[in-house]
Amino acid sequence: MARKPVPIVGIEQLAAAKEVLISTGSGGVGKTTTAAAIGAMAAAQLGGKVLVLTVDPARRLANALGLARFGNTETRVSSEAFEEAGVEPRGELWVAMLDTKQSWDDLIRQHAPDAATRDAILANPLYKNITGKFIQGHDYVAMERLYEIHQSGRYDLIVVDTPPTRNAIDFLDAPDRMADFFSSRLLRWLIAPYRSRVIGLASKPFYSVADRVLGSQFLSDIAEFFILFQSMYDGFVERARAVTALLEGPNTTFVVVATLEAAPAREAEFFMRLLDQRDLPLGALVLNKVLPGELLSEEGAAAAHRILAGPSDVAASLRQALPDLEPEAIDHLDRVLVEISENFVNYQIVAKRENEQRAELSRHAAVVASVPVLDRDVADLSGLLRIGEHLWR
Amino acid sequence: MGVAPPNLLDRRLLFVTGKGGVGKTTIAAALATLAAEQGRRTLVCEVDAKGNLGEFVGSSNLKFQPREVHPGLFAMHMETEESLKEYLRLQLRVPLLSRLGPLARTFDFVATAAPGVKEILTIGKLAYEVRERNYDLVIVDASATGHVVGELASPVAMSELVRVGVVRQQTDWMIEILQDPATTGVVIVTTPEEMPVNETLDLMGRLDAETDIDIAAVIANRVLPELFNRGEEETFEQLDQPEARATLAEVVGEGGPDVIDAARLAVSLRRASATHLTTLRSKLPANLSLVYVPYQFTRTHGMRTTRIVAEHLAQEVL
Repeated sequence: MARKPVPIVGIEQLAAAKEVLISTGSGGVGKTTTAAAIGAMAAAQLGGKVLVLTVDPARRLANALGLARFGNTETRVSSEAFEEAGVEPRGELWVAMLDTKQSWDDLIRQHAPDAATRDAILANPLYKNITGKFIQGHDYVAMERLYEIHQSGRYDLIVVDTPPTRNAIDFLDAPDRMADFFSSRLLRWLIAPYRSRVIGLASKPFYSVADRVLGSQFLSDIAEFFILFQSMYDGFVERARAVTALLEGPNTTFVVVATLEAAPAREAEFFMRLLDQRDLPLGALVLNKVLPGELLSEEGAAAAHRILAGPSDVAASLRQALPDLEPEAIDHLDRVLVEISENFVNYQIVAKRENEQRAELSRHAAVVASVPVLDRDVADLSGLLRIGEHLWR
Repeated sequence: MGVAPPNLLDRRLLFVTGKGGVGKTTIAAALATLAAEQGRRTLVCEVDAKGNLGEFVGSSNLKFQPREVHPGLFAMHMETEESLKEYLRLQLRVPLLSRLGPLARTFDFVATAAPGVKEILTIGKLAYEVRERNYDLVIVDASATGHVVGELASPVAMSELVRVGVVRQQTDWMIEILQDPATTGVVIVTTPEEMPVNETLDLMGRLDAETDIDIAAVIANRVLPELFNRGEEETFEQLDQPEARATLAEVVGEGGPDVIDAARLAVSLRRASATHLTTLRSKLPANLSLVYVPYQFTRTHGMRTTRIVAEHLAQEVL
């Protein structure tokens, strides 16, 4: 008899086939943990060198990986950490955190045409401000760093966790926006007077208003910043295009992470539609914190309603059948029966709502993995691997 | 400088923030609903570009222009470009916007180029409404923990970048409003989970270090109920023995054990969340109020949720 065809298995297959796996979703749904769990499973079972690139400076994740902390530089998770988890890893697990400021500085050092420009940019007050707080800059530099690491050929698989923006797609547009930004004619127009110093500032109504509003020092800081950045224009635009090509390429796939609560689920649905529109591959949908299926049991609901209809009768029957119950337990029995029944009804409402949500979301994804709600936080590598087992199924 | 009033809603400007996904919008909408019901003329403003405040105040498609969604409750959506136009019109008395065509077109660039511009236009608009006494209370569904400090610190940051000019004069009164605890406060929303609690504590540290803005309250949202008291828990333990489980199945049907398992799950989830609440309480200053909002089993979204949470908040010492 011929063997059955191997079904599409899911995240394990994605991790084996793709080079870049991007974990995305709204804040608080477990993106970072999912990325780390996929990375840990891939390193443990598939082998090769796996990097988890995170933007989330979660101390717990560092601790869970047996590291005091990790930063912008790539750090290897020790094989002892795997041994403690009872696993002999086939490959290596590396982690790095994205330090926006540091990554921007590196980028400037790489692209600046000369030392003077480099130093002037690094010292520009606007630049300092941008690298610290600029949200879009954060998105851009995350994708840029990913590109750089991918190009280096140092890893078999890179699992990236995207920045916690409300709008989970911002990072996708970031390279394009950055390119548009630097190629804009308006931008050149804005800085023209500072370049030529021929046109008097006050002669133009725009500059006169801008000057009144912002003051000339600030305007000249802006101008200096852009003039300096113009010198890196070609390098930046070329890079931005290359980053976009990587994101859209065949070696990249997306894992959308959600919980079954209304807001994250809607965000996930929106993002999955968007991937579809852009012809980007949705590798898998990961549902976190899912309540156990037993809560949907019709028998459970029937039992709960039977108890609520006559708790003292049920308690009496139990007392009769269970003569060993302690007297104190008997005192509370009615009350406890009512509480556990109301609890069941309450949780069943939530479980049904979640189930409906899951049905709606699952229409968009060929691969859906569920991780049950956990009553403990992930404290070590074995915790991550337990989550990974659910993802691999 | 004034002194913080005992009642949260007696301040004039509240920024509601917290880690993404903890229910900031629900709490902001509920506080605003409550304030309006208590007779305060209230403005609630969402800052997030893709926010869903509208769904929580029962109005779709919020705009920059505030709309009265319930008696005394006005809701708006922040749009920094609109804020800039309003600012130019009101503050600089620049009436001919057409002449400023290039400024409008360049707005995105300047705003992106000069971080702080978008933030200050947001904060400026809100502080302006407070200064002009257009509302008794302005509640802001603010950015998440990662970005809110930058927003709140923007007037000070801007005043350091811009040494002269009109903007400099403007930042002075904004700073005065923001730094007065009688006027302005930050409400941090969290859930009883590890990461939101950690981010709450980090945010408190950052607000303290990088701004002079008062933290008015911490609200723990979605707190699971305690199922049993001590004696009841022992009863439950006896009920969760093989013989008792089998008996329950005989008495109430085969779903009996499912009911017990659900209670077991509820107890362990509650226990995990209690640990995080204990951590939170132990690290908050003793005089800072920590308000619990229970988990809503029936509805977690929309105007109904806002109403339930508002009713609950009304019972708390606010």
